Order: sequence, then structure tokens, then C-alpha cells
Amino acid sequence: MAEFLTKSRARNIFYGGSLFFVVVFVAMSVHSHKYVVQVSTAGMPLSEEVVLGKHVWERHSCINCHTLHGEGAYFAPELGNVMTRWDVQDDPEAAYETLEGWMSSQPSGIEGRRQMPYFEITEEEMRGLAEFLRWADQTDTQGWPPNDAG
Amino acid sequence: MKYQSQKVALAYFVCAMALFGIQVIGGLLAGWIYVSPNFLSELLPFNIIRMIHTNALIVWLLLGFFGAAYFLVPEESEREIYSTKLAYIQLAILMIGTLGAVGSYLVGIHGGREFLEQPLWVKFGILVAALIFLFNISMTVLAGKKTAITNVLLMGLWLLSLLWVFAFINPDNLSLDKMYWWFVVHLWVEATWELVMAAILAFLLLKLTGVDREVVEKWLYVIVATALFSGILGTGHHFYWIGLPGYWQWVGSIFSTFEVVPFFLMMTFAFVMVWKGRKNHPNKAALLWSLGSSTVAFFGAGVWGFLHTLHGVNFYSHGTQITAAHGHLSFYGAYVALNLAVFTYAMPMLRNREPYNQVLNMVSFWLMTGGMAFMTFVLTFAGTIQTHMQRVVGDYYMDVQDALSIFYLMRFGAGIAVVVGAILFIYSVLVVRKSEVITPGAANPVAGE
Repeated sequence: MAEFLTKSRARNIFYGGSLFFVVVFVAMSVHSHKYVVQVSTAGMPLSEEVVLGKHVWERHSCINCHTLHGEGAYFAPELGNVMTRWDVQDDPEAAYETLEGWMSSQPSGIEGRRQMPYFEITEEEMRGLAEFLRWADQTDTQGWPPNDAG
Repeated sequence: MKYQSQKVALAYFVCAMALFGIQVIGGLLAGWIYVSPNFLSELLPFNIIRMIHTNALIVWLLLGFFGAAYFLVPEESEREIYSTKLAYIQLAILMIGTLGAVGSYLVGIHGGREFLEQPLWVKFGILVAALIFLFNISMTVLAGKKTAITNVLLMGLWLLSLLWVFAFINPDNLSLDKMYWWFVVHLWVEATWELVMAAILAFLLLKLTGVDREVVEKWLYVIVATALFSGILGTGHHFYWIGLPGYWQWVGSIFSTFEVVPFFLMMTFAFVMVWKGRKNHPNKAALLWSLGSSTVAFFGAGVWGFLHTLHGVNFYSHGTQITAAHGHLSFYGAYVALNLAVFTYAMPMLRNREPYNQVLNMVSFWLMTGGMAFMTFVLTFAGTIQTHMQRVVGDYYMDVQDALSIFYLMRFGAGIAVVVGAILFIYSVLVVRKSEVITPGAANPVAGE
């Protein structure tokens, strides 16, 4: 490596440069935080039902089979747009009924087909979960996914 | 082994290898469920097995890092560890926490943020253990000699421990949840862990090749500078489609493209040091793992990362088997292989003997590396087809998955090779056989022809 780049110069560039990028990153993160709250997720209130639904989602570790906005395991379908795929995004009651119908029929037991477990979920929780998925679906995700298949 | 207290590393490495075993068996089970989906479906669903697979991986890699730090810091600082008792307490907390987490997953108690599913008490346990570690190792370094290797290693370990705080921050807003989740996940594996990796690699190359310390340490600072300059804003490549502003598409694409640089430099560094070094170190297996780690990390993290990091590509490939392919090879190359390099290097010293079972160890390298490469290729093919059928044509997810079954079968075969390799590695490190499988020739330098 060139002679002008001594060890102490390399060290100083490392510390100084890293600090610079940390500051830029923090500033952009603050802006992003505000953008999420005020713009991209503002289309639907973050109601108690939605929050309950998120807890149900987490308690059953849905993310370790499904993806949500493309993140998670890749074993089961994308759920960030599932309400659009089911054509119930604008109808909370239909969203609940469709979800309830799907989940109560699991596991399918069909041989050679991936199995979704049966989950003990109360009606209130199921309504919350449906609202959570509708809430996720209305998030402005820059046009992703490319189509309804998710 | 120059310092008695380095011995604590032995316990860390043994525990790490036990969890390594659990991890790969979990992976094999999960791989089999892809082939035969009804297997265990009522008893132990896929999501539980996957949590065990990923969590065991993360903890054993961390145990390896901690153990490596306890092994190399005394040599670098030229003094004993501040407290070996604290080191053992730290290990006990981590093992109780990990086995507790695995146990609670098996009975269905867990969180629901990917990789951070540990029950709250385990998360606190990890925090306490990390604080004990930082205190213990910092006291050692502060009282002794400070080198670039310990500087970078400590900086990486301090920052990764601080970032763990975001494991406790889970906003109700899903998009915010995801943003802060990446503060742990991305800034671990694509920033702070790279510091730890580079520092450990520098230590290994210093010992194995005998190149001048000044040269090694200058390389080290350049590598970690490129890692953080690219990796911090490179976080943006995870922010494209989760509800964050559109500018991340450009920031993420540009900076994450440069994330290839530190991995390319680490690979170059390893080969140049071996080229320049005059030392004929007897531990050839450790050298193979060191070179192999930096090479596979370049392909897994660098090449396979770049493959789908540009936002125009990622729009179609996001969350497909392409991601799975990249995840497997990058973790294997960068962090698994590096840890196995340290184990291979340190274990003979920790047990006060000459390097042993080197042939078996090197066979395990090729088995695991070959298996992981094959797995990565078939998942990449699967992901390419999936991207086309699902994201371009618009076929439904499960129909597409049915079309990919041949790749999942081949992936399972690759998984068997990896598991056999892992078992062989653990055997070769833990069981000292009387003689080598193949007797090495005499070290007889000849003049070039």
C-alpha cells in the first residue's frame, strides 16, 4: 500500500469517516421515522385493534413461515398484500370473515402440501389480526410487491 | 498458550460447537420439511424449527467471538484476563439463556420479531452477559498493551452490544418496528460483526504468516474503514419496500454496492499476507479455514449480496429464494468459517499439543464448503425461477413453490453434506487421534525450478 497512507492516517480516516456516516445515518433515520408516521402509514389509524393484531402476529411467530413486506421466512406466502389478494382490503367485516375461514380450516392435512398449524385465537384477536393485515396492506411501500401474487 | 487465562476460550469453543450441532440439525429438519411438508407438521411446525436454526446460529457465532476475544486479547495486551471467574459466569448466563430459549420455543413461548424471538428474560440475560464481557475485556485491554487488533475488536464488540438495545424497542407501528429491527440485524452482520471478523482475521494472519505487524494493522484499518463507510448507509438496501422514503432506493443501492469492497479487501489481504509471509506454520488447517473464510465471504456476502442489492433488481427479487441463497453463503463464509478457523487454530494450543487431525479437519472444510456452495447454487436457480414466475408473470406463490420442488430436494442433499462436514469438524477438534490420516511430508524447502 502507498507510503503516504501510514497506519495512523488509516486509523484517523477510519474513526473520522465512520463518525461522519453515523451522523448522516442518524439524521436520515430521524426523517424516515417522521415520514413513516406522517405519510406512509397515515392512511389508516393505528387503532387498538391493529396493535392487538400485531401482538397476535408476534405471539404465534407468523414471520418464521410467511414474509411481511418481503421480510421473514420464505416458506409461506407474502402477507403484506394478502387483503388486496383476497379483495377484502376495503371491507373490514369481509376481511375478518375470510381470515377466520382460512385459519379455522388449518391444518389442511393434504399429503404433500405445506401445512399451516391451527392456532388458538379468540374472535377479538382474529379481528385484530385482520385489521393489522389491512393496516399493513395500506402502507405506502413504494409500489412493492410488483403484483397481487405478492 | 502463553497466558493461563486464555484457557477460558476452551469452554466457549466447546459450547459454541454444541450449539453449532443443534443449528445444523435444525437446518436439516427444516430442509426436509421443504421436501416432505407433512413431516412433524403437527408436532414441531416449521416456524419453531426455523427459530431454533437461526437462534442457535447467532448465539454460537457470538460465543465463538467472545471465546476468540478471550483467546487473543491476552496475547495482544500481554497480560492475563482481568477475571476468569467473570468469563465463566458470562458463559453460564449465555448457555442457560440459549437452552432456556430453545426449551421455551419447543413449548410455544416466543416473541415474533425474526431472529429476536427470545423471551424477555433471555434478552436481559444476553444484555447482562454482554456487559460482563465488555467490562472484563476492557479492563484487560486498558491495563495492557493496546494494538490496532484489540482497538478494532473492542470497537466492534462494544458497538454490537450497544445496538442490542434496539432488540428491546418494538414500536406498534410495523414500519417503524422494521426500521429499528434492522438497526440490530443489518448493523450487526454488515457493520459491527465485520469489524470483529476483520480483527480476528488480522490476528490469525499475523500468527500464521509472520508478516510484520505494521503491515497487517494498516490493512486492518483500511478494511474496517471501507466496511463502515459502505455498511452504515448501506442499511438503506433494507429500507426500499417497508414504508420508508423513496430516497433510500438510491442511497441503499449506491452504498451497498460498495459493501463488496471490504470483503474483496479481506480476501486480498489474506492471500497477500500468505504470499508475503515467510513463516511455515504447522497448522495448515487453520490457514485453509482463514483463506477459505475470506474467499467464501467475498462470494457469499459480496457477490451474492450485490446480485440483488440494486433497487431495480430487488423490486423483483425481494423476499424470494435469492435472499435465502445469499443469507446461507454469506453467514457461512464470513462468520461460520471464520469461527471454525479460530477453533482450528486455538484448540491445539488450548490443549497443549501440536496441531492434530489436520487432514480430517481439511476434509470437513471441503465437505461443508462444497455443500454450502451447492446449496447456494440450487437456491439461486430456485429464486431466479420464482422471481420470474411470481413477480414477473404473477403466478400464485404455492403454485410456484410446487414447481421448485426439485431444487429443494437438491438443497436437502447439500444439507446432508454440510451436516456430515460439521460432525466431522467437531470430531476432529474434540477427539485427538494418535496419528494423521495421511502423514505429512518433511518440510523441505527446495529452490524454484
